Amino acid sequence: MRFAISLFTVLAIASIIGTVLKQNEPYADYIIQFGQYWFTVFAWLGLYDVYRTPWFVIILAFLVLSTSTCIYRNMPSMLREIRSYREQATEQSLRHFHHYAEFATHGNPLNLLMRYLDAQGYRYKQVHNNDTVLLAAKRGSANRLGYLFTHSAIVLICIGGLLDSNLPLKIEQAFGIKRLETRDIPESQVPAVSRLSPDNLSFRGNVTIPEGTSADVVFLNIADGYMVQDLPFRIALNKFHIEHYSTGQPKAFASDIVILDKTTGLPLLAHTITVNHPLTYDGIAIYQASFGDGGTHLNMDGWNLFAHSGTPFPVTGAVHDKTELAAGNTRYTIEFTDFRPFNIENLGGNDTPQHDTRAVLGGNAVADKKNLHNVGPSFQYKIRDPEGQAHEYSNYMLPILIDGRWYLLSGMRDAPNEAFRYIRFPLDPERTLAGFMRLRGAMLDPALFPEIAQRFTRSVLHGSDVDAQAKLADSTVKVLEMFSKGGYKTLSNFIETKIPAAQRDEAAQTYLKILELSAFEAYGIAQQQAHLPPPKQDDETGWFIRDSLNTINDIFFYGAPVYLQLATYDEVQASGLQLTRSPGEFIVFGGSGLLVLGVFTMFFVRERRLWLLIKPNQVLFAMSSNRKTLDFENEFLLRKQHLAEILKEN
Amino acid sequence: MLLTQTMPRPALIRQLDVFDWLFAALLWGGAIYAFNLYGAHMDSYEKGFLFGFAAIFSALGWAWKPIRLLLLTVAIFSLLGIADYHGNLARAQSSFFLKYFLASQTAIMWMSVLFVLATLTYWIGFAARSEFAEKVGSALTWSALTMGIIGLLVRWYESYLISPDVGHIPISNLYEVFILFSIITALLYLYYENRYANRQMGAFVLPVISAAVGFLLWYTFDRQAQNIQPLVPALQSYWMKIHVPANFIGYGSFSLAAMVGVAYLLADKGILASRLPKLEVLDDVMYKSIAVGFGFFTVATILGALWAAEAWGGYWSWDPKETWALIVWLNYAAWLHIRLVKGLRGPLLAWWAVVGLFVTIFAFLGVNMFLSGLHSYGTL
Ligand code: HEM
Repeated sequence: MRFAISLFTVLAIASIIGTVLKQNEPYADYIIQFGQYWFTVFAWLGLYDVYRTPWFVIILAFLVLSTSTCIYRNMPSMLREIRSYREQATEQSLRHFHHYAEFATHGNPLNLLMRYLDAQGYRYKQVHNNDTVLLAAKRGSANRLGYLFTHSAIVLICIGGLLDSNLPLKIEQAFGIKRLETRDIPESQVPAVSRLSPDNLSFRGNVTIPEGTSADVVFLNIADGYMVQDLPFRIALNKFHIEHYSTGQPKAFASDIVILDKTTGLPLLAHTITVNHPLTYDGIAIYQASFGDGGTHLNMDGWNLFAHSGTPFPVTGAVHDKTELAAGNTRYTIEFTDFRPFNIENLGGNDTPQHDTRAVLGGNAVADKKNLHNVGPSFQYKIRDPEGQAHEYSNYMLPILIDGRWYLLSGMRDAPNEAFRYIRFPLDPERTLAGFMRLRGAMLDPALFPEIAQRFTRSVLHGSDVDAQAKLADSTVKVLEMFSKGGYKTLSNFIETKIPAAQRDEAAQTYLKILELSAFEAYGIAQQQAHLPPPKQDDETGWFIRDSLNTINDIFFYGAPVYLQLATYDEVQASGLQLTRSPGEFIVFGGSGLLVLGVFTMFFVRERRLWLLIKPNQVLFAMSSNRKTLDFENEFLLRKQHLAEILKEN
Repeated sequence: MLLTQTMPRPALIRQLDVFDWLFAALLWGGAIYAFNLYGAHMDSYEKGFLFGFAAIFSALGWAWKPIRLLLLTVAIFSLLGIADYHGNLARAQSSFFLKYFLASQTAIMWMSVLFVLATLTYWIGFAARSEFAEKVGSALTWSALTMGIIGLLVRWYESYLISPDVGHIPISNLYEVFILFSIITALLYLYYENRYANRQMGAFVLPVISAAVGFLLWYTFDRQAQNIQPLVPALQSYWMKIHVPANFIGYGSFSLAAMVGVAYLLADKGILASRLPKLEVLDDVMYKSIAVGFGFFTVATILGALWAAEAWGGYWSWDPKETWALIVWLNYAAWLHIRLVKGLRGPLLAWWAVVGLFVTIFAFLGVNMFLSGLHSYGTL
């Protein structure tokens, strides 16, 4: 008993660990989180999959064992108890009962008492002994069955659970009969030692099927690898749908699937599965588990950020695919990772709009739907340099209106666990990106600086002396040079090292003014070179220039040779299905039914026993129960009172 | 003769009076009327629910009389509120009756106010040993309960007014289940109050409801959580309708047991002992409450497993919420073992019941706040 409770405690603690530490994450994430040392310690303890570690399963087994022996030990006596009336009770023993009373009588109250017991729902046995009669009565013996039901149920549930666990697989792994596959190779090349046959007793695996394709395996993710489970049939995905409520939250996820004969390829059954409505085929249950992109085709405009051109070049790709890109003499790999056809964003009143769509999606009860807007498609990719270093990007396809001005947003991050930091590409008054790119080209082209400086100087110092003009032009070229090397940072470094503290603020103001006004001239030159009309001198252009300077500055930290603007796409979705075979399910559910029956029997059927020893002039009355509760105390008092009245009347 | 007169508990049927039969007739009549009206649109689950409801509540009303009046009042006012909408949600602002009394949000605010007032009144009664104040506390609790149920029922209807595809039973997010929690805890408490003819426990149990109300108000005013949201796909299931209430009968019972445990500990130390019921009574309420809670929590966990088998592809996934449900369950199983097998009584069990509340609260709230998992509702 005490042992059982200690086991409860250990199980509870182990379970808590499993809830605090996210289970079955990729091992790389754990290493980042804990460092190599603790990662190894935790891995050794099996904490990344606590509920399937040998020690956890052993404790469970002990619990089953101890409960079984408990049943085994208690069952005979309990069954005896259920049947017995304890009619052997003697006058001696009755007098020692805690709940005991005696009444004086005359005449024979036996019949009255029997009727009383009948009316009260007690069953009884009479024992005649010389001149005394013992009525041994009881009610609610089924209470004991409750114990048997509850504890057998626990054993059943655990056995059912064990049947559905991956214990057999674990054993096969331990003996080297099966081995985890850890390489990222095509499914068809996974060797037999990492494949499980279709008649595997129980499994739970996942597979992602792009629209228009099919699969006849699922993957079991185990520790840092996986195994391939062959299915007895093939599943084809025709179409995956998402329905939305008018507020933008998802309303339904559904997959139109067809089950195909594995050898002939003939369709056997067409069905639509949705969340909460799985399909069971051939003893295997198929669930809608997740969804994702199945390889959407993307056509993009690439804006080279190294060579400063005002015209983009075409780039094509597909999600989950790669493409190569040469910039200067380095070759970069672009890995397209995701595409989302819409993004519901909260654009209301927030100073810093949050752009991780996953935080806003998902039917959060708190979301303020008045400010939710669909801001259109976005896609994600990684750009990897020849050394293998990668940054990840998330770009929106459509411009977004922020503070009355239009921008294209591109998010960047260095590691998957970081949030995207967004940079805004301003659109020119013609609502294209070309203006910004031309302006940037001019601002980064040292050959143009003298010309820019001259135009700027002329516009601010017309008519003053040549010396002053030359001096200002000189400084302007210097400001432009510094800005073109590293943005505001270079400028502020210069100010901090070269200018006395007292004049720094003023100098910074002046430099910014110079930068802004000469950027306007640079824009004029860029327009002229592209044979376009000169920029208007209005507010819109002013903001455009200011935004552009900020963005040029931000690009120094963008880390990519190119900005990809999505032009058109052809969406292909994929559905994530989970397939399980769990033969233990019915045992577990049967056990659960028994558990409920047992628990309610134990609580709501109260066992009590009652003895009436009828002697010639006296009745002895005793009661007992296996539960000492207030109800029992009250019942005893009530019975005593009844008996007193019955016997008095008699 | 005497034998038949002093039957302490004759079979239930024979105890029934005219009002019991009238009540049952009304319930069944209502169910049949609804069935004739809407039967064509109902699936077999819904028909089962409709008549199951009539059966359960006639039995409940027979076993515990005050239920009859409660149900009748709730029915009349919810129907009035629903009728007053004329199928137009905007009337919540224009109809005086809805705006100040029966619109769900208003009803829930009334519930909140009444629960807080009830708590204060119970305490005044407790401190001043005033039976009158305690009776007022009871009446306030009953009224709060009534308003809370009306609020939920009207909210249910309102959700369909927003759009038929948005409509759903209002137990689908943290805001709604806090109302459910308050209602169920109050109902359980009133049952024990009635059964033990003792109102002093109110001073201890009502604060836990007031705390829930406090959270509800913060959640409303700080987070605008009262907005009715459509159901995410994972929650669109029949299992939700029985899994969630069963769970909250468990949570409510455990909270009640813990608060009675506090009273027990105080009385055991001689603090306020003269005002509190006897230790045996407190102990008995604590035991019964945990037993009832354990029973329903067992059912709820099993229903959860059945639902998970349908929604997630496995009856047990060691999702944090599931795991914590198991921990709560193991905790009370251990409690019951210690009491029933070892026969232990006294302050240790009371302490344990109090600690149990914290475990329960973590399973209920903490998991949503600190851990991630598949249980998709109730992020703060
Ligand atoms: C996973 C393990 C177990 C679980 C979940 C469990 C659960 C329960 C439950 C729910 C009760 C009901 C309490 C009540 O009657 O109100 C109970 C009672 C009881 N359990 Fe267990 N139990 C377990 C293991 C054991 C073991 C190993 C023993 C034996 C050493 C044991 C002995 C008893 C006894 C003697 C009772 C009281 C029966 C009675 O008085 O009618 N249990 N158990």
